[in-house]
Amino acid sequence: MIQVENLSRQFGDFTAVDNLSFTIKPGEVLGFLGPNGAGKSTTMKMLTGFLRPSSGRVVVFGHDMWSNPLPAKKMIGYLPEGAPSYAEMSVHAFLDFIAAVRGLQGQEKKHAIAVAVEKSALNDVLFQTIDTLSKGYRRRVGIAQAILHDPSVLILDEPTDGLDPNQKHHVRELILNLAQDKLVIVSTHILEEVTAVCTRAMIIARGKLLVDETPAVLAARSETGKLDDIFRSITGGV
Amino acid sequence: MSPLMIVARREWNAYFSTPLAYVFLVVFLVLCGFATFELGGFYLRNQADLQSFFAYQPWLYLFLVPAIAMRIWAEERKSGSIELLLTLPLKLHSIVLAKFLAAWLFIALALALTFPLWITVNYLGEPDNGAILAAYLGSWLMAGAFLSIGCCLSAASKSQVIVFVLTVSVCFLFVLLGVPQLLNSLSGVLPQVIVDGIAQLSLLTHFDAISRGVLDLRDVLFYLFFIACWLAATGIVIEQKKAE
Repeated sequence: MIQVENLSRQFGDFTAVDNLSFTIKPGEVLGFLGPNGAGKSTTMKMLTGFLRPSSGRVVVFGHDMWSNPLPAKKMIGYLPEGAPSYAEMSVHAFLDFIAAVRGLQGQEKKHAIAVAVEKSALNDVLFQTIDTLSKGYRRRVGIAQAILHDPSVLILDEPTDGLDPNQKHHVRELILNLAQDKLVIVSTHILEEVTAVCTRAMIIARGKLLVDETPAVLAARSETGKLDDIFRSITGGV
Repeated sequence: MSPLMIVARREWNAYFSTPLAYVFLVVFLVLCGFATFELGGFYLRNQADLQSFFAYQPWLYLFLVPAIAMRIWAEERKSGSIELLLTLPLKLHSIVLAKFLAAWLFIALALALTFPLWITVNYLGEPDNGAILAAYLGSWLMAGAFLSIGCCLSAASKSQVIVFVLTVSVCFLFVLLGVPQLLNSLSGVLPQVIVDGIAQLSLLTHFDAISRGVLDLRDVLFYLFFIACWLAATGIVIEQKKAE
């Protein structure tokens, strides 16, 4: 369970995230929606302990992210925006490094890497340098490192951004498969994604939480039933 | 293996996965040879020691250490991998230390590869090998001091070129503080106590005795303290700058 209490973050005079509060339970797949620059990434950076909130707090399964970050960070698998990794390493060396940092050793580590590679369909490129991979493969490498230690919480920042339709489909399948026993947070600005994978949708704009309901309820708000229309009408003014 | 060692090992391997390490080693060794034999007059001095080698170390480090240091944090910030690294269950200070240690050990390797000079001087005469070992240790400590400055400034910018220029400038300042001409002109304006204090901050002043083989504990402590301060500053700079 993740509790977010009155979370805010300012950059100078600019308020990126404005007093967000919500709770997410295991089994939920939360779609974090919003226009570009709405504060989605900033929120995720605070959830994962990368950025310090200006005020408010994040509690991950009872561990406060700022007063006790290590146990909280251990429970989270995170795909940062753009799926950064170490370009000069091979896929295997990179996953091995992450697994080692995550405290996995020996057989356990081997097994964890094999499972993550299998789930992310990376077998073909396992010993290639990450530098030489296509965008889609790099994204999958990012997802593989996030699920390596079988985390209770999976936070994915725009996991399908820049992928072709087949790759998108594959990533969504992957999220659905993982979601059964985990708590997943996915940020996106693609609305079809929400209906495809999420059990709950949040729309934020200018750092404020505007909507928090299931995708079905959200869709029922408009006569056309199209999420796009609702999204525009909700965020268009801001 | 401790998390610190895992991160340090990755950093160490990263040096060798690009031509950077090999270019650095070759340039360092060629310049060391040139400084020792041409500038330092190794043969002309007709003495069985490596002073002509060690005397030019600060000036070599001035340009070569920033070249090693500039990528340490700037690259992580540029590629965004810093976000990955800092959300792993690791303490910030162990990451800072791991990255520093990997680079420092790399410089130790470069220094160790100057061993033909040591063989040469032992072949030609009977040098005081204890003094030479002490000077090597001192040289490595001084390199660590330069490196710690580079670490900190590397965290301040995403551009490696800017980091390089800044680091060379700041390192040059810390070398310059020990140059006698500057200290003499300062003692005309400032009280002697302050001038002595300034001289004590210089990386050159503390290296002077060490390069002659006199390894004073105070000099060693100075370098270690210097490194610790800059690494602590590195942590603060990362906290401030990582959001950008």
